[in-house]
Amino acid sequence: MYYSLLAFVFTSGESSGSLLDVNPGLIFWTVITFALLMFILMKMAWKPILSSLNEREQSIKDSLEKAEQARSEAEKVVRENQANLAIAEEEAQKIIAQGREYSEKLKEQMLKESKAQAAKQIEEAKAEISRKNQEALNELKEQVVNLAIEASEKIIRESLDKEKQKLIVEKYLKDLANN
Amino acid sequence: MVSDSTQVITDSLSTAHASGGNDTSWLMHHVMDAKVLDFEPFGTIHLPQLHLFGLDISITKHVVFLWLAAIILILIFNKVAKSYKKSLTPSGITNFMEVLIVFVRDEIVKPTIGKGHEKFLPYLLTVFFFILTCNFLGLLPYGSTATSNIAVTATLAIISFIVIQVGGMMQNGVFGYFKGLIPHGVPIWLLPIMGVVEILGLFTKPFALAIRLFANMTAGHIVILALLGLIFILKTFFVAPVSIAFALFIYLLEILVALIQAYIFTMLSSLFIGMAVHQDH
Repeated sequence: MYYSLLAFVFTSGESSGSLLDVNPGLIFWTVITFALLMFILMKMAWKPILSSLNEREQSIKDSLEKAEQARSEAEKVVRENQANLAIAEEEAQKIIAQGREYSEKLKEQMLKESKAQAAKQIEEAKAEISRKNQEALNELKEQVVNLAIEASEKIIRESLDKEKQKLIVEKYLKDLANN
Repeated sequence: MVSDSTQVITDSLSTAHASGGNDTSWLMHHVMDAKVLDFEPFGTIHLPQLHLFGLDISITKHVVFLWLAAIILILIFNKVAKSYKKSLTPSGITNFMEVLIVFVRDEIVKPTIGKGHEKFLPYLLTVFFFILTCNFLGLLPYGSTATSNIAVTATLAIISFIVIQVGGMMQNGVFGYFKGLIPHGVPIWLLPIMGVVEILGLFTKPFALAIRLFANMTAGHIVILALLGLIFILKTFFVAPVSIAFALFIYLLEILVALIQAYIFTMLSSLFIGMAVHQDH
């Protein structure tokens, strides 16, 4: 309304064409054109375009989120792997240490056993030796005794003649009579 | 008036030459609306004269260019909308249009209206592209800037005004909207004055929109024509290089202005809608 008033003010001075002339027909056509254009564009362009834009933005956001998720998951997996690796290494170290300890023990044990066996064998050998010694000694003794007996027998046979025998018997008899 | 303008059309520059630069009608003829499309020197097309209920609704030059802008927009955005059906990845013209659409949405509408901006997006996008296309059509040879007509800009501003008020009333209710116009904490004795001021403010906003667009789109053309007119006013060829250089500079400036004014109109409409919808700040 104030536009028409404005137009009136400006056109009243000039009879033919002013820049500020308001042509009602043009207003009419502007309204029609704009309304139709907006209606057509709204149905045909803005709705599909804006929804496509939103859809795309949503999909980009989703993909970014997914990528972020995948990255964190991968990181987690890597961390887990590293942890597992560390555990495995520790395990391996432990196993190696155990093996070493076992072998050490085994070595010691074997050494001890062999030493013990050696000692035992030495002991046995010593016992055998002493036994053999004893045997030999005994045999020697026996032989010496036999020899002595033989020798004494010979000596006795040599020295005991009739008078001596008579003397001895008499002596025995005397002893008997005394008792 | 019709015979007057046709006479002017026959040879505007010779008229200027003949009248020794005192007659400005040749200049005005390029800027103003007409009932013919002139393609000098190839001839002119007379447009049909229509009347409806005693109202002169003849098709004028600016009406033709409004339609041309509308047709161009429909063709372009039909193509763009179809390309989105094929794939969500833009290419070619879709890419370019998407930049503008996203710019309007993210840089103009979203920050100024905020929550619930989707409802106003179709209107503001249409306004932006319509004004932009009209502005650029005026820069083409034989083209005419429909947005340099006060009737067109005023109508666009009135449509904006209606959208602003209706948007505000739909959000806050009719009574709530008018109540919200007056800021909180105003002394009671100031209320009558504030009421008048605020109601006046409602009308000055679209008024400024209309005048700004009209003046900016008209001024550039007038300056270009005036610079070229210098050649005929001074009646020497030596001024031609200077005139043409300056005219070219203004023309380049007008490309910028065409963009800026489409942006400003949309931006301010969006801002006013935002103020009407969210009154509490």
